[in-house]
Amino acid sequence: MDVDAWLAAALADAEARGLPELKPLLETLARSTQALRDADAEFGHPAGAGAQKDNDSDPTAEPRP
Amino acid sequence: MTPAALPDLATAASAVERRELSPVELVKGCLDRVAARSAALNAFIAVFDREATAQAKRAESEIQNGRYRGPLHGIPISVKDLVDVAGALTTSGSAVPPRNPTHDAPVVAHLRRAGAIIIGKTNLHEFAFGTTSEDSAYGPVRHPIDPSRSAGGSSGGAAVAIVEGMCFGSIGTDTGGSVRIPSAACGITGLKGTLGEVSCEGVVPLSETLDHVGPLTRTVTDAALLWHAMMGRPPRPPQPAESLWISTPRRYFFDVLDDDVRELMAETIRRLQKAGHTVEDVAVAHVERIADVYLHISLSEAAWYHAPLLAQYADRYTPPVRLRLEMGRYIQAEDYVRAMHARSALRTAVDRALEGADALLLPALAIAAPPIGAASVVVGDTRHPVRALMLRLTQLFNITGHPAIALPMGIGRDGLPRGLQLVGHRGATDRLLEVARAVERQITGGAGSVGGGTG
Repeated sequence: MDVDAWLAAALADAEARGLPELKPLLETLARSTQALRDADAEFGHPAGAGAQKDNDSDPTAEPRP
Repeated sequence: MTPAALPDLATAASAVERRELSPVELVKGCLDRVAARSAALNAFIAVFDREATAQAKRAESEIQNGRYRGPLHGIPISVKDLVDVAGALTTSGSAVPPRNPTHDAPVVAHLRRAGAIIIGKTNLHEFAFGTTSEDSAYGPVRHPIDPSRSAGGSSGGAAVAIVEGMCFGSIGTDTGGSVRIPSAACGITGLKGTLGEVSCEGVVPLSETLDHVGPLTRTVTDAALLWHAMMGRPPRPPQPAESLWISTPRRYFFDVLDDDVRELMAETIRRLQKAGHTVEDVAVAHVERIADVYLHISLSEAAWYHAPLLAQYADRYTPPVRLRLEMGRYIQAEDYVRAMHARSALRTAVDRALEGADALLLPALAIAAPPIGAASVVVGDTRHPVRALMLRLTQLFNITGHPAIALPMGIGRDGLPRGLQLVGHRGATDRLLEVARAVERQITGGAGSVGGGTG
């Protein structure tokens, strides 16, 4: 689920549970989650773009399952 | 010699060993201080007057009969009310039903075996989930110098107990800085060792992979004595290290500081260099992501522990703590794992910054103790959320597990203490204490300082 869709679902759930005061906290969390996801390449996600490229460039590499 | 005249634990221990002072007198002196000041400052949740007095009499008898156990024998210690003490409720500073433990947490059992006397349990931010100790079912912990301000947190009562002479050592917990933040705010010393060194068994968890237990004391020597005893080792004081190589990570860690913190850090560095130590800048990679990584790990793990309690007792939590816990329940598994993966990279980044150095030197807290109830504070010309700012300089070392210690570095122009932080190599907490002892000597002349330092 992308962060926008997650936030919309979380806000709706919080409202339904009678916790509307969670809204600013969830919005802050959403920004933080997006920042963390955007840093995948910085932290060397093992299946990220850079890792995939390395794998593809290795002619002896086994195909990923 | 009277208890009030004793500057620190090591001096008290020496007086007890030489039989110049009885543990009974020591405990009475501390209980008198609790009676005089704790109600105003909300430092203690429970005080064990009778038990502590009885234990002091036993210790006195043992010592008189030549059975001296070491520097903690007969010394009054407080325990944060997040840690189990057999026969006493563990309230966690909450109106949620408490634990009623039948056994001491191992850390408490080790202290008892070393002869320490547990005089009571200190107030805290509810479930240790906050940096100000103001959200507690037992009232806000108040700063000893200015009661309109927070004592820092979450181990706020533990810090106040030391400053006020209510005990000679306090046991606190630190998940993002909860030993180091109140130590800096109150002008004392606070240590968390390497992740996993001190047992967290029998301690109400906040975030199981970030939690540490550590001592708050008046001096580095006192912290070392307690830290060894907490692990069941014979307590021994650290020797000050010689010819230090210290690295200062300026980017991020020096970006948002109040003027007094900035000036006192500069003065500390000048003193260290003048004493012949080497201080050089170093960079730590990935620092911009520290708060994001911390948030996703700590909230997820806290939400897991509290889920069954929230299902039954949601309305008994203080509203700010409940809302943070509820927020954690929305984090997706994928993002928790992402944060744990980033955690490994941050650990490597700190290892690399420490290569060739004895320690990292940085502030422990960017500001002075904030006013109770403040949601934000202005630093420079920018307004910052209090919670994020108070965690900013300490949380990284809970993520990475490196040992870290807060020391007083002086008093600001507002009359409030400021604190520095030293970070050591993983698994080398003893060495960090030796480094801290040398740095303490440059700041205070070696005696440590409650609420003081270079200022």
